[in-house]
Amino acid sequence: MTTRHVIAKTGEIAPGSSKIVTVAGREIGVFNVGGDFYALANRCPHAGAALCEGFISGLVGADGPNKYRLERKGEFIRCPYHGWEFDIRTGQSWCDPKSMKVRQFSISVAPGETLVKGPYVAETFAVQVEENYVVVDL
Amino acid sequence: MNAPLREQKAAQKLMIVDCDIHPIQRSAKDLYPFLSKHWREHLETFGGHVRQGLIEQTMWPRMMAAGQRADAYPAQGGPPGSDFELMKRQHLDVNGVEFGMLVALSKGGMEERNPDLARALSSAVNDWQLEAWVKRDARLKAGIVVTGEDPAHAVAEIEKRAGDPSFAQVILSPRSSEPLGRRKCWPIYAAAVRAGLPVGLHPAAIPGGSASSGAGWPTYYMQEHHTFVTGSQATAVSLVMEGVFEEFPDLRIAMIEAGFSWAPALGWRMDRVWERMRKETPHVKRPPSEYMREHFWFATQPMEEPENPQDILQVFEWIGWDRIMFSTDYPHWDFDDPRQAIRVRLTDEQREKIFRANAKALYRL
Amino acid sequence: MKLPLDGAIDCDAHMSVPNVAALLPFMSDYWRDQIVNRYIDRAGFNLMSYPPRSPFTVRDDWRPTSADKDGLDVLRRDLLDPFRLSTAICHTLHGSIALFNEDMGAEFCKAVNSWVARERLDREPRLRASILVHAQNPALAVEEIERCAEDPRFVAVLLPVMGDNPLGRRLYWPIYEACERHGLSLAVHAGSTYRHAPTGAGWTSFQSEDYVLQSSAFENLIVSFLAEGVFQKFQDLKLVCMESGFTWLPTLIWRSSKTWRGVRTEVPWLDRVPSEIIRERIRLTLQPVDAPRDPKILNRILEQIASDDMLLFSTDYPHSQFDGEDVLPDGLSDELIRKIAIDNPLAAFPRLASAHAGQKEQNRQENVQ
Repeated sequence: MTTRHVIAKTGEIAPGSSKIVTVAGREIGVFNVGGDFYALANRCPHAGAALCEGFISGLVGADGPNKYRLERKGEFIRCPYHGWEFDIRTGQSWCDPKSMKVRQFSISVAPGETLVKGPYVAETFAVQVEENYVVVDL
Repeated sequence: MNAPLREQKAAQKLMIVDCDIHPIQRSAKDLYPFLSKHWREHLETFGGHVRQGLIEQTMWPRMMAAGQRADAYPAQGGPPGSDFELMKRQHLDVNGVEFGMLVALSKGGMEERNPDLARALSSAVNDWQLEAWVKRDARLKAGIVVTGEDPAHAVAEIEKRAGDPSFAQVILSPRSSEPLGRRKCWPIYAAAVRAGLPVGLHPAAIPGGSASSGAGWPTYYMQEHHTFVTGSQATAVSLVMEGVFEEFPDLRIAMIEAGFSWAPALGWRMDRVWERMRKETPHVKRPPSEYMREHFWFATQPMEEPENPQDILQVFEWIGWDRIMFSTDYPHWDFDDPRQAIRVRLTDEQREKIFRANAKALYRL
Repeated sequence: MKLPLDGAIDCDAHMSVPNVAALLPFMSDYWRDQIVNRYIDRAGFNLMSYPPRSPFTVRDDWRPTSADKDGLDVLRRDLLDPFRLSTAICHTLHGSIALFNEDMGAEFCKAVNSWVARERLDREPRLRASILVHAQNPALAVEEIERCAEDPRFVAVLLPVMGDNPLGRRLYWPIYEACERHGLSLAVHAGSTYRHAPTGAGWTSFQSEDYVLQSSAFENLIVSFLAEGVFQKFQDLKLVCMESGFTWLPTLIWRSSKTWRGVRTEVPWLDRVPSEIIRERIRLTLQPVDAPRDPKILNRILEQIASDDMLLFSTDYPHSQFDGEDVLPDGLSDELIRKIAIDNPLAAFPRLASAHAGQKEQNRQENVQ
């Protein structure tokens, strides 16, 4: 059974940026990729580094030597330790998609008014009905 | 002040000797208290003069964040490894560092072409390690950074520091103008042995005057990274085949950040060649692999990740369980986390050896 | 142990040109004049990597005597017949590749290749050869490759592992393009023209050291090919490491694969994990077997290499790598021996099959007549 946790107001995490929060004892990085939100454990499956403190970038490719491309901008995070690249949306490692994946968390945007009621409001956030909130299910 | 949860959880039960930590000056000014006015002015004007084409950075740029852990940049500025409090908080305390061996290669004069400046820097970096690091935290042990190109000064510096328990080893870069087994370097080994200190060989970022591969210069950092291995192999071969260990039977060598899994194959290869060509090297009286087994210790970083993780156990066995010493290379990008780096089950005894006992024995901690 | 089968293919054997005089007939008037009047023909052309009288360069019992007038007879007596080879691929490491004058070097290579074709390949059907080129000027090297490629008995192009530059560099790519186009394998052989110190640690003192550290040169060669994307650019090029040893391979496979994951964005054309590429695209000759004699250890290493396709049988004749006829290490299965001796060489040198077929057709036609 999962619990919903309110992370932030959507406006706090601008497109292309991220926020690292601790929820129920776990560090989670929340990313805004082109207006959509994704949440990854702040723990690289390779060697436990603080993955979400790495570099948000695109996918580098090449049609051959000296023919570089940078695509899917903002969709990848590079681990600050060994530089491994992870697809923010899926958590999969680019180099080892089958065997290496970051723990993902299911995330949604909830309108503020649904959160005013009941126990889901985090004490640290001032509730504003017209705002949207980023919510993580754990 | 509450430490982040990660750090709280992490600081449990783990106790290690980290055989490779890189402190660095926040700026050149950190060395000024230990340099004469003449050299301060020299550094402010002429600057350093080393064997590479660029002044401010390496000719093979590193991958991310200048090859450092991105989270190791101090908030108040300065390069990773320059802030003691951050190192303590982020590494020494949370990773159970009982002893941390400092490898302060940067600005240590090893690559400096001006011989008098090199001497001054070497001495200054050793003083700086004491004042800025060892005195602040008893866990930290300095290494005597010496001018490999200037053995006379290296000997003097070793003799100056000998007997000071703050220094646990002599530090040399194997990226030297001549292979380190050559006789020119022998006075350094004599001094190290007299002082009862092992010699730690750690590749510096700057090449030593020869192309970093026997076929010339690499194009990419991916290749340059591997020349740390091949240069260290050449150094190990030189030490053995020049007869250094016949001359200095008590000399102990620590290979740091060189990798280690290549060592058995290199020993076997030397043995085969020595069998056929030993008349060329009569001073090598025993199979070369025996000298390797007796005189070399290896730091683990960067840890190998074989496809079959169990293969690493075979490598440890071939090298010798008493010769493997854990290291992190903090704060560099390919940092090995002590909780993650070894992916196979070790016995308690094996774990204790690798993470503490071997280093404590070598460095007499 | 001895070879348990007939018909093995020796992928690394050596021939040598007896003297410069033997090459003069194959040179232009201009070059004959230069070579003779400058007394260039009065000194030898041995590579520093292989001093001719070293106990390693020629095994004692293979050293020719004054009674041996014809090098080919010696080759037959000491190599082809006793090892019952079907084929020996011979590499002539002529010292002219160390000359700085590109034109002179290219002329020598042309003469050596012509001598090999006339004095060896024409006279002994079991012989095949690599094309010697002077890599310093890739355009001239390509000209020589084009000239020799018409002769199907040339199955590879020969380069020393240590020359002016790491061999993966783009400036050498015209050579690899020519190789790929003609189905010629790229044979990179131990040895150096000593344009640089042989190691990143500087100039070593002893030949023994230089020989040991050939393996380091091959590690750097492979990383160069990986990083520069040679395997992507030339999908059909076969790289054969000659006289490189192989026990260093596991470390290289592990290390390059791990490093790749962090440096991929620097070399994004390197689109697969290096371990896969190395196992698929690189072959190595058997000698020197740089392993202990304990078959258990050798087999552990082979397990770590994890590919039966990579090793190619070689004697490295006349270098001293083994005693008597004990060319194989102990501990190999019969199946693996067969692969190493026959199947893997055929796959590594595609032109072997066509030359073999061509020879069979010629024999058949001669029989019919």
